[in-house]
Amino acid sequence: MRPFAYAAPASVPEALDALVAAGPDARFLAGGTTLYDLMKLGVEAPPAVVDVHRLPELAVVDTAGPDELVFGAGARMADVAEDPVLLRDYPMLAESLAKAASQQLRTMATVGGNLLQRTRCSYFRGGAPFACNKREPGSGCSALEGIDRAHAVLGTSDSCIATYAGDWAVALIALDAVVDVLGPDGARTVALADLHHEPGSHPERETTLAAGELILRIRVPTTRTARGSTYHKIRDRESYAFALASAATAVALDADGVVTDARIALGGVATRPWRAAAAERTLVGAPLTVDTARRAGEAALAGARPGRHNGFKIELAVRTVTDALRIAGERAVQ
Amino acid sequence: MATPVRTDETARTTAPSPPFSTTVHVGFRVNDEDVELDLDPRESLLDVLRERLELTGTKKGCDHGHCGACTVHVDGRRVVSCLTPAVQAQGTAVTTIEGVAGPGGELHPVQQAFVDHDALQCGYCTPGQVMSGIACIDEGHAGDDAQAREYLSGNLCRCGAYPGIVAAVRAVADRSEG
Ligand SMILES: Cc1cc2nc3c(=O)[nH]c(=O)nc-3n(C[C@H](O)[C@H](O)[C@H](O)COP(=O)(O)OP(=O)(O)OC[C@H]3O[C@@H](n4cnc5c(N)ncnc54)[C@H](O)[C@@H]3O)c2cc1C
Ligand code: SF4
Ligand code: FES
Ligand code: FES
Repeated sequence: MRPFAYAAPASVPEALDALVAAGPDARFLAGGTTLYDLMKLGVEAPPAVVDVHRLPELAVVDTAGPDELVFGAGARMADVAEDPVLLRDYPMLAESLAKAASQQLRTMATVGGNLLQRTRCSYFRGGAPFACNKREPGSGCSALEGIDRAHAVLGTSDSCIATYAGDWAVALIALDAVVDVLGPDGARTVALADLHHEPGSHPERETTLAAGELILRIRVPTTRTARGSTYHKIRDRESYAFALASAATAVALDADGVVTDARIALGGVATRPWRAAAAERTLVGAPLTVDTARRAGEAALAGARPGRHNGFKIELAVRTVTDALRIAGERAVQ
Repeated sequence: MATPVRTDETARTTAPSPPFSTTVHVGFRVNDEDVELDLDPRESLLDVLRERLELTGTKKGCDHGHCGACTVHVDGRRVVSCLTPAVQAQGTAVTTIEGVAGPGGELHPVQQAFVDHDALQCGYCTPGQVMSGIACIDEGHAGDDAQAREYLSGNLCRCGAYPGIVAAVRAVADRSEG
């Protein structure tokens, strides 16, 4: 691991100042489960890190308000996963956290750092022996000609097909979440839908955050639709694995069982958290049945491009959406 | 198996200015004893426990958060020590497998249950399993077999002693409820 300088400031303003002082390659450190891991692998090598893991300002969680749920960026995944309001009224949010990583990692990892986790593409993590446009722009993509079983089928480019590996952002994007950030140029609010880039010809640019911008909190507008929701995650093993395909779904039904609101987002199959708006539109105004759910799943995957070994993900994701809509429908308040 | 700290790279052209430092003085408690150390921020809690404090009960399996062999408690909550930068232990209380036995040296109930339920073969994963099992019960996540399996899934066992591990943790959980 490359040497680095460490600072643990006591407040958000001090953390922002420290990061600016340390220069553009310095990084915030939260739970470290992405950053420190990749530093050990030599994939990340910041000259300095600013520890924000225990800043009290980032720890605040408030799910009691009438208009929005608020999650401080430093709140731990394990704690948010057991928030009683989430368990009752937003099962998709609670499940997206509970089904991620392990309890040890969830105790360490923050809900802010989670949004910015990096891909698990083995060639990216494998370092120098492998060409990787994301790690080293212009070097090529080993996955395109290599083993791409875990890779994306939506939002890919000729430069990169790496899957966005996280779960929480998938559930959040379906509920129109936003993030409040503070940086050298002041405060702003970014829709979660605008936080991540597709790889295009610049896979090294993953987010729209500017250097030195700190995520303060995530906010989710309250909605009754989320009562009828789930985060359905299909993995190679039953627990403790990244998604092969996942679907965050929520539906609201009227007294006749007709869908009045639908939310669908996909994980494990796309290069970024993936909202399937066209699929949602196929459901609204229709009764929720196996057939309409399957049709929504097919609409969600309509633009999918299979690679060499990941073609199975298309049908898997269609079925994941279908199943997830059934589960959401069973929970929906009529 | 310590992560090699490459001293040839430590030469920096300029010393970092405050609040940054490349040697960090850190104080924390380990198994009820105060510890003070000057740390290179690269050092993991796992390496500090094993290599500097000679607490080798905590094991290194993968060094990347995958296997759970390095599980310890920080302020009573389980973490993987391989992905915990040791500087983040500042001001905390760390408990390792060496710290769970009773005052007279009697095994912790979860340790005893591992013996009683044949919950190990080679034993390499066992310190991590026990630390995870204790926390799992404290969290209230060992209520039934399915829940215990789910909340212990961060601890892999190459020998496949899983049925015994789940039985051991469940037995202690049932007893502490009743
Ligand atoms: C073995 C393993 C299995 C995993 N399985 C899953 C899984 O199934 N599903 C899943 O979703 N995730 C999984 N993860 C990923 C894990 O959830 C993330 O690593 C974690 O959530 C990142 O949070 P952190 O606090 O540790 O972030 P860090 O590693 O500290 O930081 C991650 C990145 O975010 C930046 N950052 C952190 N906080 C802020 C902030 N407030 N503002 C701006 N930038 C910030 C850092 O600079 C860094 O670039 C797994 C990880 C491991 C090691
Ligand atoms: S898929 Fe993306 S991350 Fe993986 S090797 Fe190709 S460029 Fe790198
Ligand atoms: S050594 Fe820490 S999880 Fe494997
Ligand atoms: S007992 Fe051998 S690895 Fe678990």
